Amino acid sequence: MNNKLRKKLHKIIAAAVLFVAALFLGQWSYVQVAMFVAAYLLTGTEIIAKAWRGMKSAQIFDENFLMAIATFGAWGLGEYSEAVAVMLFFQIGEFFQSYAVNKSRASIASLMNIRPDYARIRRGTKWQEVSPEEAKVGDIILIRPGEKIPLDAVVVKGASTINTSALTGEAMPSDVSVGSELISGCVNISGLLEAKVSSPYGESTVAKILNLVENASSRKAVMENFITRFARYYTPMVVVAAAVLAFLPPLIWPEERLVDWGYRAMTFLVISCPCALVISIPLSFFGGLGAASKNGVLVKGSNYLEALSMAKYVAFDKTGTLTEGVFHVEKIVPQKWLDNSQLLEYAAYGEAYSHHPIGESIRKAYAKELDLTRLDQAEEVAGLGLKVKLDGQDILIGNDKFMRQNGIVAEINESFGTAVLVAVDGRYAGYLLIADKLKTGVAEATQMLRACGVDKMVMLSGDRPAEVARIAKQAGVDEAYGALLPADKVAKVEELKKSVSGSGRLLFVGDGVNDAPVLALADVGVAMGGIGSDAAIEAADVVIMNDDLRKLPQAMMIARKTIVIARENIVFALGVKLLVLGLGALGLASIWAAVFADVGVSVIAILNAMRASSLPNGRRKLGQLERRASAGIN
Amino acid sequence: MRKVFQLENLDCANCAAKIEQAISKIAGVSKASVSFMAQRLEIEAEGDIEALMPLVKKEIARVEPDCEIVE
Repeated sequence: MNNKLRKKLHKIIAAAVLFVAALFLGQWSYVQVAMFVAAYLLTGTEIIAKAWRGMKSAQIFDENFLMAIATFGAWGLGEYSEAVAVMLFFQIGEFFQSYAVNKSRASIASLMNIRPDYARIRRGTKWQEVSPEEAKVGDIILIRPGEKIPLDAVVVKGASTINTSALTGEAMPSDVSVGSELISGCVNISGLLEAKVSSPYGESTVAKILNLVENASSRKAVMENFITRFARYYTPMVVVAAAVLAFLPPLIWPEERLVDWGYRAMTFLVISCPCALVISIPLSFFGGLGAASKNGVLVKGSNYLEALSMAKYVAFDKTGTLTEGVFHVEKIVPQKWLDNSQLLEYAAYGEAYSHHPIGESIRKAYAKELDLTRLDQAEEVAGLGLKVKLDGQDILIGNDKFMRQNGIVAEINESFGTAVLVAVDGRYAGYLLIADKLKTGVAEATQMLRACGVDKMVMLSGDRPAEVARIAKQAGVDEAYGALLPADKVAKVEELKKSVSGSGRLLFVGDGVNDAPVLALADVGVAMGGIGSDAAIEAADVVIMNDDLRKLPQAMMIARKTIVIARENIVFALGVKLLVLGLGALGLASIWAAVFADVGVSVIAILNAMRASSLPNGRRKLGQLERRASAGIN
Repeated sequence: MRKVFQLENLDCANCAAKIEQAISKIAGVSKASVSFMAQRLEIEAEGDIEALMPLVKKEIARVEPDCEIVE
C-alpha cells in the first residue's frame, strides 16, 4: 500500500468512526450535525475539489461531480446521514478499487521480474556493472550463479545450468557450455559464465517479451471497447433521467412534492457512475493475460485472448510444429553381407561433408567422431547424392534415382520418410530410412483441443502427401493437405476462415519460420517458436514459449474463463444498477440501496475479476481434460 | 509513427477511457490507446508526435489532473 492510499484509509476510518458515533447519538442535535459535517468534509473535500476542477474544464458527467451533486442534494433535503454515507461508501469503494488495481499491477510487475537490472561487462581487466542498454554486441559479460542473463549472448568460458522457467513457465534446467547460446531473462543457476553479447538489449529476447506483455493490454477486446462506449452514453442518460425525475412529476401533479422526487433523483445520480463496469473488464483481461504468461503462453492482446476463447477451427503447420522438424534415422536396413553399424558407418562417412539436414541426422545417429583422413575425393551431385572414397572403397550414397544412374538396382518399399541408399564399390549395401517424428504431447494436445470445443483440426504442409497423411494420423487431426506451396497455404487458410461458422475463430499454429503470411491471416496466429525465436515472437499473436502444444488448450481454458468472468461482471453490474434504478424511480429504493448498487457492485465485480489471474478452477478442469484425453488415446 | 508513454497516477478506469477518447480527437493523432492496467498511452500519428505532446499533456491534465506522463 502506498502512502497516498494509506492516507486515504486513515481518513476513511476517522470518518467512519465519526459517522457511526453520530448515528448512535440518536436524537437530533447540533453535535450530531457537526459530527456529520466533519465526517463529510473528511471524505468529501477531495471529491468536491475534483468536481470543481472538472466543472471548470466542462466535464459535467465526471463521477466526482455527480457525487458532489448527489450529496449536496441530500444535505438540502435534510438527509444528513445519507449524505455522509454516500460520500463515505463512495470513498471506501474507491479505496478498494485502487487497492485491487495496485495489487494486480504489482503482480504483473513481479511476473515481469525477468527484466535484468545490470550487465557486468569487461572493460580492460576489470568487470564493470552497467545497464543492459549500454552493452554492445561483442562485449564480454560475466554472469554469476543466481543472476539473470541480461542479454542474448554466446558462452565463451565456463559451463553451467540455466533455468528458463521465467520465460517458459516451467522449471526446466538446461545445460550450457562454451558455444551455447544464452537467452536473456533466464537465470544462471550453478556456474560462472563468460559470454559474448550477440544482440543489443533492444533486440534481445527479454526486451521483446517485456515489450510484448506491456503492450498487450493496449490491444483491447471487443467487450472492453463496448463497455467504454456504453459508459459514455450511460452516465449522461442516467443524469438526464434524474433531472427529469426530480422536476417533471411535481410540475405535472401539483400535489407531488419536489422533496420526494428529488430524493429519487439522488438515487439515480449515485448509480450513474459507470466505474464498476469500466474497471472490472480490463481488470479481468489483465488477470487472464497474466495467468497465460505465468503458464508460458504470451498473448499479445486482450483481443486475441477473446478470439482464443472462440476458437472453432485450428490449422497446423506440420514441420517444426507438430513434428520435431529434425530428421532422425528411423531404421537401418542393411543387405545380408553387412550389419547395421557397418552400414551406418559407410553412410556417415558418405555424408561427412554434407550440410543437408538428412546428412546431419545420419552423422548424429553414428555418434562417433569421423576420421576425415580416411576420406578422399568427396563429390556432391546436387539433388541426388554423394560420391566419396573411404579407405580406397567407392561409396555412393543418395536416393534411388542416383543409384539407378550408377547402375545399381534396389527395391525400397516404404510408405513414409526418405530412404537414403548406400552402395559400396558398385554393390548395393542397404538403406537408411530418415523421418521426422511427432513432438511429445501432440496427440494429447489435439484430444484436449477437441475437448475444449474445437470442431475441426487441419494440417497444412508442403511435404509429400503420404508423409503428411502419416503424421496427420499420429497427431489425430481431422484433415491433412500435403504438397502445398506457400501460396496454396494462404488460399487454404482463407477458405477455412470463410467456412468457420458464426462467431467461431480460426487459429493457425506454426513455427513462425516461413508461415508469417498465414500467421497474420488467421484470426489468431499461434507460434510454437520456443524461446529465442525472434521470427515467432514478431509474427504471431500468441507465442507458446516452451514449444509444447499442450499449452494451447490450456491457454484456451484461461481465455474462456476470463471471458466468462468479464461477462458475469457486465451482467451482474448492469443488472443490479438497472434494478435499483427501476426501484428508485418508483420510490422503493433508498440512497442506501443506490450506494450498494454503485460501490458494493464495484467491489464484488473487482473481486470477481481478480479470479481471472489465479484460475484454480481452470487448472482443475484442465486436469480433467488431460485425463479424458489420455483415456481417449489409450 | 507510433510511440508509447508511461503514465503515472492513473487511478480511474473511466478516466483512462476519457483520456483515450480526448487524445484520439486531437488533430493529427490517428489512433490513441490508454491501457488503464498497464498505465500506458500509445499514440499513432501521421506526423511528428513530439509536436503534438503539448496538446496531449493538456488533454490529460484536463481530464485527470493527477495523471502525468513519466518522462
